[in-house]
Amino acid sequence: MNKEIVSIIQKDQLYNLMLKGERADGRAFDEIREIKIETGVIAKAEGSARVEIGDTKIIAGVKISPGTPFPDTPDVGVIITSLELIPLASPEFESGPPRENAVELARVTDRGIRESGAIDLKKLCIIEGEKVWMVFIDIHVLDDGGNIMDAAALGSIAALLTATIPAERYELGEDAPLPIRDIPVSVTAVDIGGGIVFDPSLQEERVGNTKLTVISNQEGALAGMQKSGSGSLSPDQINHIVEVACKKAQDIREKFLEI
Amino acid sequence: MTDKPEKFIDENGIRSDNRRANEIRDVKIEVGVLSRADGSCYLEFGKNKVMAAVYGPREVHPRHQQKSNRAIVRYKYNMASFSVEDRKRPGPDRRSIEVSKVSREALEDQIFTEYFPKSAIDIFVEVLQADAGTRTAAINAASVALADAGIPMRSLVSACAVGKVDDTLVLDLNKDEDNYGQADMPIAMTPDGKITLLQMDGHLTEEEFKQGLEMAQEGCRQIYEMQRKALIDYYSKETEVTAAGDVKENAQEKPEGVTPVEVIEDTEKIDDTNKTGDAKETEGTVENVYPEETGDTVKSGDADELEDSGVEVPHIGENADETDGQMDESEEESSNE
Repeated sequence: MNKEIVSIIQKDQLYNLMLKGERADGRAFDEIREIKIETGVIAKAEGSARVEIGDTKIIAGVKISPGTPFPDTPDVGVIITSLELIPLASPEFESGPPRENAVELARVTDRGIRESGAIDLKKLCIIEGEKVWMVFIDIHVLDDGGNIMDAAALGSIAALLTATIPAERYELGEDAPLPIRDIPVSVTAVDIGGGIVFDPSLQEERVGNTKLTVISNQEGALAGMQKSGSGSLSPDQINHIVEVACKKAQDIREKFLEI
Repeated sequence: MTDKPEKFIDENGIRSDNRRANEIRDVKIEVGVLSRADGSCYLEFGKNKVMAAVYGPREVHPRHQQKSNRAIVRYKYNMASFSVEDRKRPGPDRRSIEVSKVSREALEDQIFTEYFPKSAIDIFVEVLQADAGTRTAAINAASVALADAGIPMRSLVSACAVGKVDDTLVLDLNKDEDNYGQADMPIAMTPDGKITLLQMDGHLTEEEFKQGLEMAQEGCRQIYEMQRKALIDYYSKETEVTAAGDVKENAQEKPEGVTPVEVIEDTEKIDDTNKTGDAKETEGTVENVYPEETGDTVKSGDADELEDSGVEVPHIGENADETDGQMDESEEESSNE
């Protein structure tokens, strides 16, 4: 079906609802869909989590293995994040190398983990300049119900929180939990005809032109942000999103995640 | 790469490159520097050197990407392998794919794409020398190049970053501040204050963010004035030359039939009518003609569709993921921007 035509009809509907202060699924503008997090779902992975936000389902796996550090940062561990929009998750996804959407999602997820200092990378050094632990975070999107971004970020931190460094397997000492010192949480909002709605559903994501993702850390400071989509936002809209996103992130953190 | 300086700002509030916290680096803009492109711009932003070229509106290849109701916009940000300290492996990496995407999205909405159905507007930006802030420099150059190409736009787009060093907000980070600073937040905006690009990484409190956003907007305003002046200077010079009966200087470099040729009479008018101003005036009409394209809920799924049809997809090898991840990594670690 032609996405563009459908969305023009939907756009009208969502816009009119927005004017009445409503959303198609009956949520309040700043209400986030039901979140489910299940950790330790993949025994073979060093850490894993399955996250659902409404219809959106993702699975995040963490693999940890020894590797060579980058020459300019010889004494810290390495994080590598990838995300795949596999064709299983949506009729719109195709197989092949990651395209710009997937690259963006992976990079923003990575930014949140890295910039909030969530992983104490100094503690991942085995032999300076030679051997460090490399943390691979891989996110597979299973069902695209909108707002993959927040699900991916949530999945990656949830998986990291349960991850173990498999030192015994490599004869490098005893297994230990991955040193986590912060819990970044991502909250995304979309602009629908001037109204800002949080945690957009697939329909809202298609209709809205401009999204803003805000990733905040435990102390409520910002660790990362990304505007996505071809429209624009006013400074007032942006400040509003930041404010609400930080609060919502705190709620999610308290409810679902702890060190 | 230099080591982390002990202090970024001295006791007098002066930064390592003699700027104050709210000052941007020197900007140099040259318009119409390439002969084959429909519009072009060479821009220096501090030690950054970027070249932007615009082609189009032109036929879409591959054809399946074309849109029946508007032009598609494609943006390619590319770093020359010699632009950074450690040679960059040529070709698109994950970083440049993301930069291309957000930069396209920063400009796309300001272009009257509905004027050119079934066509493509291609923007290519080459980073020749990188020194922190290449994506903002690239957007600034691309915006001028679009105007130079005579593409009708709602307005120019200006970009500038704000960041945090020594717990102080500073405008337009330099290389050391970018590498070792506490936060980096590039933004792009239109002169009427619409934010079209916003990214951030590092650590900012909500209060710092609000201040930073205002600082960055001020930086964008300054850059906007420079972009505008560069365009006015370029086209008024051309006018004088033409008036004197000697068409050579600039006009000759332009391919046939390109806008500058039409804008001979009135210097003042040139910039206002033929460039952004014109676009603004017509905006009302456009809204009537395309009611569904107005408001803020325009063009749903655009990005998705572009994506689906494979724009800017790097055709890298099978192991693209892993190698790219590492590239990406090393880049972010060494901040090879």
